[in-house]
Amino acid sequence: MNKYIPHTPDDIRQMLDKIGVSSIDDLFADIPASVRLQKEYDLPEAMSEEEIRAYFKALGDKNRQQVIFAGGGAYDHYTPSVIDALLSRSEFLTAYTPYQPEISQGTLQYIFEYQSHICELTGMDCTNASMYDGATAAVEALFMAVAQAKKKNRVLVSATLNPTLITIIGTYAKYKGIEVDLIPETDGYTDRTAMQAMLAEGDVAGVLVGSPNHYGIIEDYTGFADDIHAAKALMIMHCDPSALAVLKTPAEWGADIACGDGQPLGIPLSFGGPYVGFLACRKELVRKLPGRIVGATKDVDGKRAFVLTLQAREQHIRREKANSNICSNQSLMALHITIYLALMGKQGLREVNEQSYGAAHYLHDELVKTGLFVPAFPNAPFLKEFALRTTLPVKALQAQLAEQGYMAGIALGDYREGMDDCILFCATEKRTKGQIDELVKLVKEAKL
Amino acid sequence: MKYYDKLIFEISREGRVGYSLPKSEWEGLTSSLSEEASGIAKNLLRETPAELPEVSELDVVRHYTNVSNKNFGVETGFYPLGSCTMKYNPKINEEIAHHPAFCGLHPLQSEESVQGALAIYYHTARVLSELTGLADFTLTPFAGAHGELTGLMVMRQYHLLRGDTKRTRVIVPDSAHGTNPASAAVCGLEIVEVKSTANGTVDTNDLKGLLDDTVAGIMMTNPNTLGIYETQVVEIAHLVHEAGGLLYYDGANLNPMLGASRPGDMGFDIMHINLHKTFSTPHGGGGPGSGPVGVAAHLVDCLPNPRVVFVDGKYKVKSGKMKVESNHSGGICQFGNSCGRVAAFMGNFGVVMKAYTYILSLGKDIKHVGPIATLNANYVKESLRDAYYLPVDTVCKHEFVFDGLADKSTGVTTLDIAKRLLDYGYHAPTIYFPLLFHQSIMIEPTETESKETLDDFIDIMHRVAEEALADPDMVKTAPHTTPVRRLDETTAAKNPLIKYRDLC
Amino acid sequence: MSKVIEGIKYADSHEWVKVEGNVGIIGISDYAQHSLGDIVYVDLPSEGDEISKGEEFGAVESVKAASDLYSPVSGTIIEINSELEASPELINQDAYENWIIKVELADPSEVDALLDAAAYEKICE
Repeated sequence: MNKYIPHTPDDIRQMLDKIGVSSIDDLFADIPASVRLQKEYDLPEAMSEEEIRAYFKALGDKNRQQVIFAGGGAYDHYTPSVIDALLSRSEFLTAYTPYQPEISQGTLQYIFEYQSHICELTGMDCTNASMYDGATAAVEALFMAVAQAKKKNRVLVSATLNPTLITIIGTYAKYKGIEVDLIPETDGYTDRTAMQAMLAEGDVAGVLVGSPNHYGIIEDYTGFADDIHAAKALMIMHCDPSALAVLKTPAEWGADIACGDGQPLGIPLSFGGPYVGFLACRKELVRKLPGRIVGATKDVDGKRAFVLTLQAREQHIRREKANSNICSNQSLMALHITIYLALMGKQGLREVNEQSYGAAHYLHDELVKTGLFVPAFPNAPFLKEFALRTTLPVKALQAQLAEQGYMAGIALGDYREGMDDCILFCATEKRTKGQIDELVKLVKEAKL
Repeated sequence: MKYYDKLIFEISREGRVGYSLPKSEWEGLTSSLSEEASGIAKNLLRETPAELPEVSELDVVRHYTNVSNKNFGVETGFYPLGSCTMKYNPKINEEIAHHPAFCGLHPLQSEESVQGALAIYYHTARVLSELTGLADFTLTPFAGAHGELTGLMVMRQYHLLRGDTKRTRVIVPDSAHGTNPASAAVCGLEIVEVKSTANGTVDTNDLKGLLDDTVAGIMMTNPNTLGIYETQVVEIAHLVHEAGGLLYYDGANLNPMLGASRPGDMGFDIMHINLHKTFSTPHGGGGPGSGPVGVAAHLVDCLPNPRVVFVDGKYKVKSGKMKVESNHSGGICQFGNSCGRVAAFMGNFGVVMKAYTYILSLGKDIKHVGPIATLNANYVKESLRDAYYLPVDTVCKHEFVFDGLADKSTGVTTLDIAKRLLDYGYHAPTIYFPLLFHQSIMIEPTETESKETLDDFIDIMHRVAEEALADPDMVKTAPHTTPVRRLDETTAAKNPLIKYRDLC
Repeated sequence: MSKVIEGIKYADSHEWVKVEGNVGIIGISDYAQHSLGDIVYVDLPSEGDEISKGEEFGAVESVKAASDLYSPVSGTIIEINSELEASPELINQDAYENWIIKVELADPSEVDALLDAAAYEKICE
């Protein structure tokens, strides 16, 4: 019939005979005529592989590849070639959820390794098998806090977090009926005094802060955990897992839950997805953790093996009383970062951060030297992302550089009041001195 | 083959590396991220290093190749998993999705620089509309459950925009998958169960008694969880709409409807699609999937942001108002008519590319998918009903449910049958779902499986049924030939060991 | 056949209560533990929590099932059986010996309305 449907006319005949009907149509006789599809689909004729290739090549040609000097939640880090080769193995790629552990030890084992990596990076005791993305992981973290607090229904989120993340939290909270308040910022930092006052108002179940924050600033959260815990609320930290190789961990800050997006761990930009979220917590909270969790156990012969565990929390058993409606993970992407972390290892992930730090600070200093930029938050420590104010028209500058093949940061004015003259730049270990020098030269020469 | 039992951490040796980075060009600026070198205060830096593995590239490749050998995928063997639509995942989909002209795109690049990607997004929504009879789609939801939640947000937003704030209840069939009520609860809706008739379809008399002006809508799947077409769907749509509610279609069972019947024509207002089921994208061991949400014309404005539109010959991204403000009474964001935002960027774009490739590969011929999937299911059902108990004896669509063995005298359960199938190189069917029967075995052979594959499976199912009578103990202790055998799940749940450090 | 014992009262949601003075000792029935299978976790409330009759106060989980616990009486939780935190399987071993919470009764007459052993046994048939 076609390459995806192997049935010959003879097969169909024999099968219909077995069923005892005369045509396939008879199998659809129960569908009321008024809703039976009566027409041909308005779709093109089937395309051959060569036609498919040509079609997508033509579309690909309409994209313009750029040298990426932007982050904003998606970071252009190096992807080792080994990863795609292993991810394309059909045993990983075409497997279902590991509900039959006897023939799913491959998936279960790499999820166990993934969980081990996430716990190492965050310093947390427990984690699940991954979430959709960093934003939904943060939402689930806040839901966990509300579930843990039982009778409290209010959460605080720092205004220094990515505004898109805040918008997503606002969306979920609106429907779930959770009150969300923004902790104001001062000079790019979460305002601790304001937070203390908001906590004192009472009824707060959880507080979400970011590290680094939306401006790339590595905030100092000294004392936050004490303030938050004194109010019997949970501290939740949204973080860049790549940066956790060098930055103070959520556990070291005293946070109860860590969440974030795994994309910086070598997942290609891919126009925004698929990425993977992570969610980790202290062990007292493990029963509130949504999603799948893999645990180690033994089989009847005493062989070490892995299995989905603590399933009684989940939607297929608890239905509307489940902590979350999630019933999958981003498993293959969890494998992606598991392999990435195995390859990069202790030394490699540190080097990624050092080189990103170097590239970003060189870019920062060179742009400031042009006299066209000043730091938006002077002396704020950053790793790979930073905000500058400019005397140039932001949108026109970005448009011109885009023409020249450079994605020159993110216009902060799109997200925040009073920042129309600000650009959020980023440089990772993939950016070379040559690329940075070229960008700076083009900026200086820009005719706007 | 020797059983491979190592964890990556167990083959780690200090000093080994598996990566290559260029020689740092920043030596003068910072050679190491210490306080002295970088100026980042020590207080902000990690105190104890993360114990990541130290392994060579070959170590990694061999390790994960060996790990993969302990898995079973669609390419390993037949996967008759009910409700999961485990069809073949075409290779061309993968090739296209890995095209370098798309993989390197940053999600926040200018519209002008991503016209090709936006075109794919836009046209995928168009073809999904054609296949389902709904006006427009968002492709941002990451999975079926995420789509469900998004669709319910659309439902609530629609009522809220009309000032109809008391519609906070949603009707869900008692036979529904657990995700339906779970999604409704996350969306702040109260769940009301509608009863099923003996053949698992919605009991319309019971439904009538539940409908009033507090009902936001009903969630259904059609065919239902028994694989049976809800022939009353037109009447149900009429009743729910009369009462001011909306109809939500759970797209988990969309596959048999290709070429047969469209949810929009049935009267549904909102639906999600599992691209990883109906549109052939791989399940990936549990994700990434994709759960696009489609709506009828009167709900298009309620779809989440961002949306891709085509204006003046250009594809544009409508993001809505993104700026946030703290406001105690009205929440922190205003979205206009849109239900809000459910993902940071545009969803699992790579998965969307695979599904679009599949749809283009079949084109108009996609109309054969539903009929052949239905033929396969009925063929297996009729071939096995002598050995397995068929509780609802009627024509099915893509799947059907047995209630255990016809002869249960030896005490062999559905779980035992499922485990024994593993020994024969098959994945198990879905078991103990739906909950309507005690020994449910739910079988879905998709259209990509040939008659020969089905015949072999039928033979083995018969053989297992015979073994259940002749040697029940052997079946009850199956599997015997898999990489590991039955696991101690009780100890795992009592004392969760979820990371390598817990084993040390 | 699951065990039902005399001298205590039962709720149709399968909890039992034994009255000692003005304290109600609450657990789940043998029938309930048997239906759940191997219990792996008991979600316990906090001492000092106020509960009312019919209100959920915790849950009992096995590997593949979970059952909410509903209080058969109103009052204040004065003690929880913290042994169950580490050894939830005690309930499987003896569901009547291993109570879950003790409640100071707000209204001892509520107990009278509960099922006696004979009536509860009928429910479990």
